[in-house]
Amino acid sequence: MAGPVQSIERAAAILRLLAGGPRRLGLGEVASSLGLAKGTAHGILRTLQHVDFVEQDEATGKYQLGAALLHLGTSYLDVNELRSRSINWADALAARSGEAVRLGTPLEGQVLVVHHVFRPDDTLQTLDVGALLPLHASSLGKVLLAYGAATLDPPPEGLAAYTRHTLVDPEDLDRALAEIREQGWGAEVQEMSMGDAGIAAPIRGHGGLVVGAVCLSGPVERICDPRGRPLPALTALLREAARAISRDLGATRW
Amino acid sequence: MVDRYVMSIDQGTTSTRCILFDHRGRLCSVAQREHQQHFPKPGWVEHDAVEIWRNVQRIVPEAMDSAGVDAGQIAAIGIANQRETTVLWDPRTGTPVGRAIVWQDTRTAPLVDALRDRPGDEFFLDRCGLPPSTYFSAPRIRWLFENVPGLEQRARDGEVLFGTVESWLIWNLTGGTDGGLHITDPTNASRTMLLNLRTLTWDPELLDFFGVPRDLLPEIRSSAESYGEARALLPGVRITAALGDQQAALFGQTCFSPGEAKCTYGTGSFLLMNTGTDLVRSRHGLLTTVAYRIAGQPTVYALEGPMAVTGSLVQWFRDRLGMINTAPEIETLARTVEDNGGCYIVPAFSGLFAPHWRSDARGVVVGLTSYITKGHLARAVLEATAWQTREVVDAMNADSGLALKQLKVDGGMTSDHLLMQMLADVLDVPVVRPLVAETVSLGAAYAAGLAVGYWSDLEVLRGNWHRAGQWLPDMDPERRAWEYESWQRAVQRSLDWVRPDGGPR
Repeated sequence: MAGPVQSIERAAAILRLLAGGPRRLGLGEVASSLGLAKGTAHGILRTLQHVDFVEQDEATGKYQLGAALLHLGTSYLDVNELRSRSINWADALAARSGEAVRLGTPLEGQVLVVHHVFRPDDTLQTLDVGALLPLHASSLGKVLLAYGAATLDPPPEGLAAYTRHTLVDPEDLDRALAEIREQGWGAEVQEMSMGDAGIAAPIRGHGGLVVGAVCLSGPVERICDPRGRPLPALTALLREAARAISRDLGATRW
Repeated sequence: MVDRYVMSIDQGTTSTRCILFDHRGRLCSVAQREHQQHFPKPGWVEHDAVEIWRNVQRIVPEAMDSAGVDAGQIAAIGIANQRETTVLWDPRTGTPVGRAIVWQDTRTAPLVDALRDRPGDEFFLDRCGLPPSTYFSAPRIRWLFENVPGLEQRARDGEVLFGTVESWLIWNLTGGTDGGLHITDPTNASRTMLLNLRTLTWDPELLDFFGVPRDLLPEIRSSAESYGEARALLPGVRITAALGDQQAALFGQTCFSPGEAKCTYGTGSFLLMNTGTDLVRSRHGLLTTVAYRIAGQPTVYALEGPMAVTGSLVQWFRDRLGMINTAPEIETLARTVEDNGGCYIVPAFSGLFAPHWRSDARGVVVGLTSYITKGHLARAVLEATAWQTREVVDAMNADSGLALKQLKVDGGMTSDHLLMQMLADVLDVPVVRPLVAETVSLGAAYAAGLAVGYWSDLEVLRGNWHRAGQWLPDMDPERRAWEYESWQRAVQRSLDWVRPDGGPR
């Protein structure tokens, strides 16, 4: 294993120094406090400023901790918190669409189902919460991939084909992801199991970062038109719910 | 054809909500406003009834605007309300006599203690189905008479009206000082300690006992019937339902048959079981209460088991101990461990409610060893709600002779899947969550819609209920029995802690 990276250790020391007192510090103070050359300290401060961990006062040129750093510890979204915040919207989505609703978040190269509302027809259904879905073959996973909330690490033997419609060619998948970003929602049509389809839209947390996705799924003939395109009425309901959950996450966290 | 909706106004402890529902019982718009909580002295909790009425005047148009509907599209208005909270007002000016005294207020404790000594619980249980408690309204009226100069005489002269919050709102909605209706329904009246549960009329002996003049009290109408037209806010729209919030939730969960039960999990939790037209006297520490009365039909009764501290234990764990940042994180923390590690928390913060009714109990954490982590404590916090529910369900089954087959749940804590699974496990029955979480508002809307024929009968309403989630029992019976016994032993250790003399000052 490689040893510690010196510049990161120094950056951490600078952050600790700035966090240590209420006062803004000048470049000279930072450098001499840590026994660094001014040039070295300046390079590190500029980099920290670039990622918003440090701010420089325009008038005095002195440095202080940046806002991004303050939010770092609290931007983590607990999955149970996500469920609790979305429960009313997910219920309303299931009631209006007549289909099952799931929420997913990325977990170690897969999608973790964090919430599930039954299709409101009182048939026997089992809660899927805690189940894992493949990123490339589920609507939730494709949306998480499209918005950079999850990354795909294909195994050497290639992506698993669940049906003949599963996107296993990385280029096909990339094209599909670009399209999702373009239209703001994604679908899987018989890509995980024949006869089923799902549509998903991103859920954004503070700052617009995609933290999860919400999907509607059911038999393909109920989700799509005869040509296999998702019904616009359903995508409209879905996107409205996703926006409402996102607003709730952003509006109340800060 | 223009769509028509039913409006419900849910006047709760912390906020008031106005919701519009459509024919299929789906929520179409919501407007909500919180009101201030006043804590003038330790144990005192008050609301400003004028502020509450003002909030209603704001949220009603908001809810209509956001759904884009006008008064002509409102088929009826139903009201659900925080129960037992006491408002007295002057009908000539519409001004309340001081602030409303809220159900959580414990200022009447000395009076209640005296009542339990003499004439004793039986006197009250016989007539109104309730043991004396600071929870109910009549001791508050007595307290006001003894503490507000001249009030008792004004009441005798007919210059003051009493109501729980639905009475206050209906009076204002139907004209206020200009001929407002002074009415209540049996679900609310049954929480005053002044209602005779058999006759559903104000009980002369109880009125006499508390020194409450008959003219102070509202007329008791059915929970679902046309009371009259609104003159303020939505002129011409009929007001056709009033229900206490927990009874409204029972109605919204469509528990219309004997043996059907729901539990609403919030700050406290309230389990109600429909006992049909039989008035079941509890011998196991539950309250007998009115579930609903639809005009022209026999009264339906319920057994109720209130648990004082459930969600508020999670809040305590978050705010006082700082173990978690948000309430839902308790599930995350609890899932870091497999079981409670032998640790149990009995949250008798202000004594134990149903089925124990022990005011001498205080909270305990038992089974602590160096092995216990905050994960085990988080699990014990959630299990406390599950086991309290089990105790109430056991009492219900024993009192009603009806074995609970499934538990319908609602309220904020239903988003906690670990708790829902625990409930299924300890109760050994399926736990089901409905698609509409706003069961209190839905129940008031259902009752109001029934009264005007918007919905034809109870069966149509049942058809609107859909399962959104279900948890099935999955616990070894031996382990369930062993854990339940451990819980009961923990409860024993919480008893007899508060000493009557209060200790050195």
